[in-house]
Amino acid sequence: MKIINLDHISSKPLIPEVKQAMIDAINNDYANPSSQHKKGEQAADALAKARESVAGLLHAKTPKEIVFTSGGTESVNHAIKGVAWANAEKGKHIITTNIEHNSVIRSCKRLKSQGFTITSVSVDDKGRVDPADIAKAITDDTILVSVMHANNETGTLQPIEEIAKITREKKIIFHTDAVDSVGVMPFDVQKMGADLVSFAANTFYGPTGIGGLYIRRGTMIWPLLDGGVQEASKRAGTENLLGIIGMGVAADQARQHMNSRLVHLEKLKSKLITELPNHIDEYIINTPLDYSLPNLVSVSVKYIEGESVMLMLDDEDIAVSTRSACATGSLRASHVLMSIGLDHADAQGTLVICYGVDNTEEDITKFLGALQNIVVTLRDISPLYVKKH
Amino acid sequence: MYSKTVMDHFRNPRNVGVIEDANGVGEVGNPLCGDMMTIYLKITDDVIDDIKFQTFGCGSAIAVSSMLTEIAKGKPISEAKKITNKEVANALEGLPKNKLHCSNLGADALQLAIKDYEARKEGKAPAEIKRKEAHEHNPDEKCYCPYCDIEIQEEAPFCKACQSDLVEDHH
Repeated sequence: MKIINLDHISSKPLIPEVKQAMIDAINNDYANPSSQHKKGEQAADALAKARESVAGLLHAKTPKEIVFTSGGTESVNHAIKGVAWANAEKGKHIITTNIEHNSVIRSCKRLKSQGFTITSVSVDDKGRVDPADIAKAITDDTILVSVMHANNETGTLQPIEEIAKITREKKIIFHTDAVDSVGVMPFDVQKMGADLVSFAANTFYGPTGIGGLYIRRGTMIWPLLDGGVQEASKRAGTENLLGIIGMGVAADQARQHMNSRLVHLEKLKSKLITELPNHIDEYIINTPLDYSLPNLVSVSVKYIEGESVMLMLDDEDIAVSTRSACATGSLRASHVLMSIGLDHADAQGTLVICYGVDNTEEDITKFLGALQNIVVTLRDISPLYVKKH
Repeated sequence: MYSKTVMDHFRNPRNVGVIEDANGVGEVGNPLCGDMMTIYLKITDDVIDDIKFQTFGCGSAIAVSSMLTEIAKGKPISEAKKITNKEVANALEGLPKNKLHCSNLGADALQLAIKDYEARKEGKAPAEIKRKEAHEHNPDEKCYCPYCDIEIQEEAPFCKACQSDLVEDHH
């Protein structure tokens, strides 16, 4: 059964090169990279090679600036809590925005219960934060600014370079959650200027359960996990070498094929945006087309609810994600969609279409055709649609 | 996630639409989680001759509406008044725990439609129906965080363990 996967925001397939590297790694019977015997050294070499590949993807000055983690969530927790704990004597104020991923929001909330104060800067109706608002929020007590690079619900890109200029001048640590952009589009830490960057392997077709935190040399940060001296004492615990090897190969592939992938993704995005009005009417595109991820389009279809659309598309073997409150565990409307001014009913009809290298223009055509029929079916039974027409 | 019966009613909803000459209409909605449901009744000699629905909501909200109409159709209103949300959920072979509160509002819409019918019959304005609180438990029971299951204080604004916001659950 061929399923058209337009839900790359939830998970991306492993590319063949990554699969092969991980199978080879299993057959290699790697030992613990911390062991000093031959098998240990062989593992340490594989670890070092992967770290170089990942450092290369981010243009880090040295591979030492890369710490492997269990994924984006751990990276974000490490960055925010690690900086807060290590710098608490300097100050206890943290600045973030109101469109962050829950890993940021909840890390901040946890710190709030430990005596830190949090300022959450609002975005405009396009979901973009004004760097001037960040500057205004800075106080003598501010130790950390955390702003995401690409939003996982709308694809909106934030002005990271401009914010980094402000934080650098004020000597405040700057973290960006770039989990949905690193490996999808060029990300040069030297140009972006952030001190800490969270990212995850699955974003660029590596395995899940593995990610990384870029820590600029000299950044004051505590580990999240205490124990052994792995990862230069920044992340204790025996390394997930299988995942790390997969991530290294995925990073090499991403760097090597970045341009051709971007061309492909932009083509699909443009097809989706241009042809959508031929299939449905009365919708809102939540993705600002001039500053957004190349692989994601968020669309709110009026008068219908997203989980129903998702289930009906699933019957047609098409996978998408919805931001409807009904489809989340918490049953709450998305804070991101609320922050850009969507009303509850429109937020309910929000689909996130995220595609990748494995998708074709044909996939987009099939999706649009299926969506057209589903929207008609659901609007036929919607009391909201009847009231408006 | 959903039972076979839920998926069957979601894929092939029964009794969809509007009854133009309905003599009882009930509309319920929950703006927070976004489900809305309208029930139309055609009642003759105090028996539900015809029933139709319109729903804006998730898979379970649509299935609930459809199942409700099947249960209620042909029943005298004295019996239809006894239909509960729980009965509808049971007929659907259960609903996911987190959907029981927000999308299981079919019986509420039906009761409202019956009240509307009775009010019209007596020439009165239709009575308001109040939905049950989203978070409820017996007074002698302890209160647990719906997200991490740790015991929490009644009326706690957030869970001290997992930091989940509980204001909306404790309204």
